[in-house]
Amino acid sequence: MSKVPPVFGLIDCNSFYASCERVFRPDLAKVPIVVLSNNDGCVIARSYDAKPFVKMGEPYFQIKHKLRQHGIVAFSSNYALYGDLSERVMTLIESLVPAVEVYSIDEAFADLTGVDDLDGLGRRIRSLVLRCTGIPVGVGIAHTKTLAKLANHTAKRLQAQTGGVVNICNQFKRDWVLRNTDVAEVWGVGRRMKMHLDSMGIKTAMDLAKADPWILRKNFSVVIEKTARELSGTPCLELDELDLPKQEICCSRMFGKRLKDLPPIKEAVAMYMMRASEKLRAQNSLCKKVRVSIRTGMFNPEEAKYANGVVVDLPYPTDDVRLLTKAAVGALDRVYRPGFSYSKAEVMLLNRCKQGEYTDDLFATSQPAEAVKVMAVLDKINGRWGRGTLRVASVPRSSDWGMRREMLSQSYTTRLDQLWTVGCD
Amino acid sequence: MSFSLLGPIAEGGRKLPLCLFRVPAGFPSPAADYIEAHISLDEVLNVRAPHVYLVSLTGESMQGAGIFEGDLAVVDRSIEPVHGHVVIALLNNDPVCKRLCIRGKDVILLSENPKYPPRYVLEGDELTIWGVVTSSVRSHV
Repeated sequence: MSKVPPVFGLIDCNSFYASCERVFRPDLAKVPIVVLSNNDGCVIARSYDAKPFVKMGEPYFQIKHKLRQHGIVAFSSNYALYGDLSERVMTLIESLVPAVEVYSIDEAFADLTGVDDLDGLGRRIRSLVLRCTGIPVGVGIAHTKTLAKLANHTAKRLQAQTGGVVNICNQFKRDWVLRNTDVAEVWGVGRRMKMHLDSMGIKTAMDLAKADPWILRKNFSVVIEKTARELSGTPCLELDELDLPKQEICCSRMFGKRLKDLPPIKEAVAMYMMRASEKLRAQNSLCKKVRVSIRTGMFNPEEAKYANGVVVDLPYPTDDVRLLTKAAVGALDRVYRPGFSYSKAEVMLLNRCKQGEYTDDLFATSQPAEAVKVMAVLDKINGRWGRGTLRVASVPRSSDWGMRREMLSQSYTTRLDQLWTVGCD
Repeated sequence: MSFSLLGPIAEGGRKLPLCLFRVPAGFPSPAADYIEAHISLDEVLNVRAPHVYLVSLTGESMQGAGIFEGDLAVVDRSIEPVHGHVVIALLNNDPVCKRLCIRGKDVILLSENPKYPPRYVLEGDELTIWGVVTSSVRSHV
């Protein structure tokens, strides 16, 4: 019996953040929308109809007049809303396909191997997600993940002709897409890579698919070699259903305003550490080192610039927020210099290990059992009554350095007091 | 008004939970073998499903359907709307809660209060059914 070739689907939400903002605002169905980064800094998402007027990354304060001129509505990023709608989209996709790898907040790979009517399934996914959430999605289908990405890109580019579903398992269709796609649009090819490839005469995705894999590996990396093999139809990447723990946990944010004094920066670092250690415990990991860094704004020519960070060793591998906070706040004393206006702090948990696999020294102390119990109770309380209910005393209940989100939409799906209100009039 | 007690409501017949009594002498509770899972309103109303949303309602046009100011509506977006459903409709992008009535070629948004006339969907109107109201929840305190 011959083996069935694998088939991958890539389902990608169209202008996801902007589409989310429209779900409970039907009045904005035809109004262009942009979504801003934390602290309302710059544009991180645009609806389709805002794209001709606004570039990604443009600072909000510079484009206010342009937004008004074109009637574009700006929103602060509302991750409570996006997260909830993302979960709904992913659950709906899971109900229709054999296996799913959630790749990002608005993208998922699906295993479609052995499915008879691929185009039909693609259209069913699209219509179900649209009807049940209001979020439009595109579906790309192919024999490798890289090709599925490319098919999805084509579905988005040629929305009107394709109905948002493109299946390139057929070789003629695949070759057409490869010939008509710039190599820069291929998954994993960055701008600098494009320049190098360009100089080698590789301009389209087809050129890359036909390039000699060995030369690619020699000149670039094994990653681009794999990409080329995948483009030519040989699967090198599998569906990664497992959520592998990442190498380090990082929590960093811009302050809502510039901070000069140490005490509010300490509060912020304690707060970030609270989040970071929650993530650590959720993954059943411990960490051996903590890195803390702070910096001033880097782009304002009027401001004095300073950035510094320090790594602290912990007495034993731990997930105890009390010990971690003490280490981080102590480290801050070493990097803080008076006289600067700080804009950002970052906390990183390094040298992580799984609980129970850190016996590198027989006589080393390990985390006391009492700490494990305290942390379990802490997570239980915060899980039940909301994040931050129980916290170390250095984290304030509210602060004036918190995120600036002046154009935040309601948390329509996650807060009972902010539900969508509909009139019976 | 008549009512009936909630019997088994989920598949597998989930009943009200029984309390576990502490018996000092170590005598096992005779109820222990009969304890089943708790009744969950989440399950009854299906609010955890990816296609179900909670919406807050205002206004008095749907009082005849038992929907009052401040009630919560459980809205299902996966159901195909048909004649007779209470729906969240977008009439020219304006959200309203009405009863959907389809009479021959006519599509009408009906109120359930004599003070509010029916709204015929006319040529040039744009009507989208956002979702179907499957239950409403009201507080009596």
